[in-house]
Amino acid sequence: MLVSLLGVPIFTILLMLQLAIVSRLPLLQGTADLLLLFVTGWALHERVKHAWQWALIGGLMTSLVSATPFFAPLFAYLLVNGFGRLLQRQVWQTPILAMLLTTFIGTFIYHGITYIALFFNGTSLPIQDSISLVTLPSTLLNLIFALPVYVIINDLANWIYPLEAI
Amino acid sequence: MKTTSSGFWQTATLILVGVGLVLFALSGYMTPLLGTILSPLVNVQEWLATRYVAVYEFVTIPRDVASLRARNQQLEQEVTSLQAQIIELQQQLREAQVLYALLDFARSNPQGGQYVAAAVVGKDPNPFLKYIFIDRGSDDGLRRGMPVITNQGLVGQVDAVTATAARVRLITDPSSVVNVRIEPHRSEAQLVGSVTGDLTVEMVSQDAPLQAGDLVLTSGLGGTFPADLLIGQVISVRKQSNELFQSATVQPVVDFSTLQAVLVITNFRPVDFSPLIPTSVP
Repeated sequence: MLVSLLGVPIFTILLMLQLAIVSRLPLLQGTADLLLLFVTGWALHERVKHAWQWALIGGLMTSLVSATPFFAPLFAYLLVNGFGRLLQRQVWQTPILAMLLTTFIGTFIYHGITYIALFFNGTSLPIQDSISLVTLPSTLLNLIFALPVYVIINDLANWIYPLEAI
Repeated sequence: MKTTSSGFWQTATLILVGVGLVLFALSGYMTPLLGTILSPLVNVQEWLATRYVAVYEFVTIPRDVASLRARNQQLEQEVTSLQAQIIELQQQLREAQVLYALLDFARSNPQGGQYVAAAVVGKDPNPFLKYIFIDRGSDDGLRRGMPVITNQGLVGQVDAVTATAARVRLITDPSSVVNVRIEPHRSEAQLVGSVTGDLTVEMVSQDAPLQAGDLVLTSGLGGTFPADLLIGQVISVRKQSNELFQSATVQPVVDFSTLQAVLVITNFRPVDFSPLIPTSVP
């Protein structure tokens, strides 16, 4: 429970960083998503037990702040978390590759859900421009940020879930 | 006798040579020769003197090195502090320039609107959307639908409000539609945003003499924005005879990527047409 509550200040800080800095550093029209990366990294860590709780916190916070309709970030983060947990059980021996793969797939999941949500909200985006100018640059930025985030998540998880002495 | 005689001649010769050299020197004939001979000697002397001074300083100055280092460190700290102050002052100057420009606009605007100045504190985390966050909310009188401008032109509209902050939808957002008038021919049209942040005027009549350089202003139709707010300038026109309308790309006057401060027009309320929309009777 305490670990879950720890997600609130962490995601608050991450959201502030995202809004103030990361969202203002675009590559073409794409930007990195720190919260998505943290949700991904947390889901992939083998010692983390209830990763979905952090996905829930991050998703709720982003949904409340962002103008994205229908709580799309919440569903996207939960889906990415589920995908990460699934992958973590299959290829846990190479977590860094799993992190990169989940980041790649996760960005597409998030943008796909956003695209669908906006479509049902009455905003039809040109799919070619959306992919080439938003999704692919965002994916590249997320992949670049994935490695430092993975290291931070690893330290954080080791601090929260220390190894028991044998 | 012979020894005494040769000694005399040697002495006399030497005196003669000496006197000759002195006379040559006094008359100036020796100057080039002396210069040639003395020049390398002076160089050697100079080299020796320099090394001596260096060795002397090396031996004597170390007593002051500690105090000099301390002084140097102190000066470096002062330089660092002053550089930080310069950066801070430059930042404040830039902010002040923006605020002065907004203040000038508010004072000189003939419409007499009431404005609330706000700083831009963030951008929507979703890259598909063009929204910004400002540091004023309902406590400052902001309400949903209020127009947001800068001294240059239209920025967007307040989309959501909390007590201390608000979210503003920019006119570049893909879902944004603004009724506009194109000057000088006063054609009515719609300005729409896009995922790339480009602005396009659409629904322009084929008869309108649309051309690059035309000004795009809000028309006030629909009651969403006040009239005559500058938006931008037409930069290219797309006109095809087989289409009902022509369209054009618009260069906005506001640079949305470097937006720092905005003005919210608080005495403008968007017109709510929803009660006039007919509903189906069961």
